[in-house]
Amino acid sequence: MVRIKLWGSLRSLAGDREVLEVEARTLKEAIDAILEEVPALEPQIKRGVSFSVDGLVYRDSWFVPIDEAKEIVMMPRMVGG
Amino acid sequence: MAYDEMKKAEFSIVGTRPRRPDGIEKVTGKAQYGADMTAPGMLHGLILRSPHAHARIKTIDTSAAAAMPGVKAVVTQADLPEVEAQDLKDIRENVLAGEKALYDGHAVAAVAATSMSAARAALDKIKVEYEVLPHVTDVDEAMKPDAPVVQAGRADETVPEGFSENVTGHWEFGHGDVDAGLKKAYLVVTRSFRTAATHQGYIEPHACLASLNSEGKGELWCCTQGQYHVRSVCAGLFHMDESQLRVTPSEIGGGFGGKTTVFIEPVALALSRKSGRPVKVVMSREEVFRATGPTCSSSIDVEIGMTKDGRITAGRANLRLQGGAFPCATAYMAAQAAFAAYDLEAVRTYGYNALTNRPKEAAYRAPGAPMAVYAVESVVDELCEKLNLDPLEVRLKNAAKKGTLSSYGPTFNDIGLVATLEAVKAHPHYTAPLGPNQSRGLSCGFWFNFGGNASVSLAVDPDGTVSVTEGNPDIGGSRASISMMAAEELGIPYEKVRTIVADTASLGFNDTTDGSRVTFMVGLATIEAARAAKAEMCRRVAKLWELEEDAVRWEDGAVHPAGPNAGKHPPMTLAEIAAIAGNTGGPIAGHHEVNAEGAGVSFGAHLCDLEVDKETGATKIVRYTVFQDAGRAVHPDYVEGQMQGGAAQGIGWALNEEYIYGEDGRLQNAGFLDYRIPVASDLPPIETVILEIPNPGHPYGVRGVGETSIVPPLAAISNAVSRAIGVRMSETPMSPPRILAAIKG
Repeated sequence: MVRIKLWGSLRSLAGDREVLEVEARTLKEAIDAILEEVPALEPQIKRGVSFSVDGLVYRDSWFVPIDEAKEIVMMPRMVGG
Repeated sequence: MAYDEMKKAEFSIVGTRPRRPDGIEKVTGKAQYGADMTAPGMLHGLILRSPHAHARIKTIDTSAAAAMPGVKAVVTQADLPEVEAQDLKDIRENVLAGEKALYDGHAVAAVAATSMSAARAALDKIKVEYEVLPHVTDVDEAMKPDAPVVQAGRADETVPEGFSENVTGHWEFGHGDVDAGLKKAYLVVTRSFRTAATHQGYIEPHACLASLNSEGKGELWCCTQGQYHVRSVCAGLFHMDESQLRVTPSEIGGGFGGKTTVFIEPVALALSRKSGRPVKVVMSREEVFRATGPTCSSSIDVEIGMTKDGRITAGRANLRLQGGAFPCATAYMAAQAAFAAYDLEAVRTYGYNALTNRPKEAAYRAPGAPMAVYAVESVVDELCEKLNLDPLEVRLKNAAKKGTLSSYGPTFNDIGLVATLEAVKAHPHYTAPLGPNQSRGLSCGFWFNFGGNASVSLAVDPDGTVSVTEGNPDIGGSRASISMMAAEELGIPYEKVRTIVADTASLGFNDTTDGSRVTFMVGLATIEAARAAKAEMCRRVAKLWELEEDAVRWEDGAVHPAGPNAGKHPPMTLAEIAAIAGNTGGPIAGHHEVNAEGAGVSFGAHLCDLEVDKETGATKIVRYTVFQDAGRAVHPDYVEGQMQGGAAQGIGWALNEEYIYGEDGRLQNAGFLDYRIPVASDLPPIETVILEIPNPGHPYGVRGVGETSIVPPLAAISNAVSRAIGVRMSETPMSPPRILAAIKG
């Protein structure tokens, strides 16, 4: 199981959970698992999210490998100027 | 092979300062900017804009305008096809208003005519009947439950009960028990801040030339930071295949985030489609101010506790941002960036976005971070002042480092904040004596940086020179740095490489030039493309020498036998291999397409000395130094330019720049005469200290540098002013009247 940390304002949508535990080997699998387990997060995921994996931010890449030893944080999708 | 497994540490070209490739064309006026494009049969387009901050559009009568001599087309929103996706709906609504005009300057109709004078005369003949509605331009007013509603039904599911419908998004970040942390503090400071909306202030107004025929094939020339994004948006708006719309970016006279979206391009395409002729639209400076995207304005409350010896026990911030009449994302980046420089046991930030009757915000260098960091760094400095602590030592004591759980969620990997602060400490500026009425301000800054999609094609030309084609408009010297990285990798002189920016039909997809990504990301793709070309050249020579491929190696711009068993062959240079390419298998090229993410975050610190005239409130910056980690400075001139440019823009934001709205909701200072950006005489020479802590995610260690430098100036200057006058400042711009009012209490 990988642990995915949510930001604060999503926790109420996820049953007051700060961390979701899902079976996933990649970020794509993690997104699919989150959508299945917490459908209330679908609007935010459709608006866009980024993931931090061990401190590096990924905006689009589905196939980033993840495992239970990695720190995974879901964040709003980042944009820049 | 992973990108960080073929690292290079010794450089012969990277780190030097060759002549910029675009310099002569720019200083001689030959560079082709957006407004320089022309086409046979071209029409001139002009846009009619709302004079009201908020009004229902009851009718638009274009018949008299359409009948004017020389007028070939008049368009309204009805000429843009309906779209489904919410982001496209917002863009369609912003480029031509539908039921309501949402801000002063909102486009409501447009004409295309054979001359500017005919277009201007026709614009006067368009009759728009408005029903003026109550408006709101202030973020705190917009959040009140009884505020005029700008757009109904736009709040997302995260917004708590009880807010105005104008509040569209709410974000919370952080960890730990803030209340418990504040109780541990010797001193807690709570203060509220406001920052004005500011414009990117690019010199070149938006301009485009559009040609769209009845079969759905289109050409669009425009000044943009992202031709592929323009193509996606415009193709989406007109239900076109992306392949049928070719977008060519012009030379660009500044963007800073403000040219990452579209304003006039869909209007020009609609006029062209209706008239059957190419249509050019060029914004005036007034239009740029009224109807493009400035940054958000903000209202922020910060509460921080500190022990007597300078350890921060907890921090909290409420950040309320308005980004105009459409939902925007800046508030969450502000909430993430606010405390990023600190290693805190307890921290919480809350971000809110509110709709107002102002133009839709566009990105501006590190969107959201300058205002958030301004508020936090001001309170940290106030605590230092009240506790008689050295502000640099306090920042070092609390600095985020590898292993710190950041205020926005992730644990930091390798970051350069402590090294940056140590560089400040070691620099003579920090201990230099100050003159009368002078004071010194310090602030840290932070930005995320991105990677993203890039496509690069590198051709080895028959004469041994190299052509690199990339797809990101050059807004900060990327053509030079990309040529340098290609030359470095191939072992040939910089002058033998030319890099051009392609149109959308000539190269695979590229993300927009934003997020400080281009030198990092496109540079990475260029290095990989060069490595692919080198591998092909090695294969050709191995075949020529009748050796296995692994019996040759590339070194110093030539293929060599890999060892004594490979025989005694004189090295074959790139030029020699290129000359016989046709005989050995055909043209030689390398290309690379990738979405390599994982760009490292960036920290900086700024030191500002300024003098305050206590009789007038006028300020003069007497010394300013920027410290920033560049990972690897490919072309130090450009890196310094980014650091100085961000500082100059931040200085303007801190001291003078602001969007001023009247009681009627109309913008009162839509021009550089009344909206005062810094000029050369306002600024001292801005000193730079480049730190090079290699980014492990890039083969040369490059880190993005374009945005972090605008983050610290607001607080660095505010802290200096506050210490100089003995009153804590809490609002930008710190114009002379505002400083004078603070002095007089």
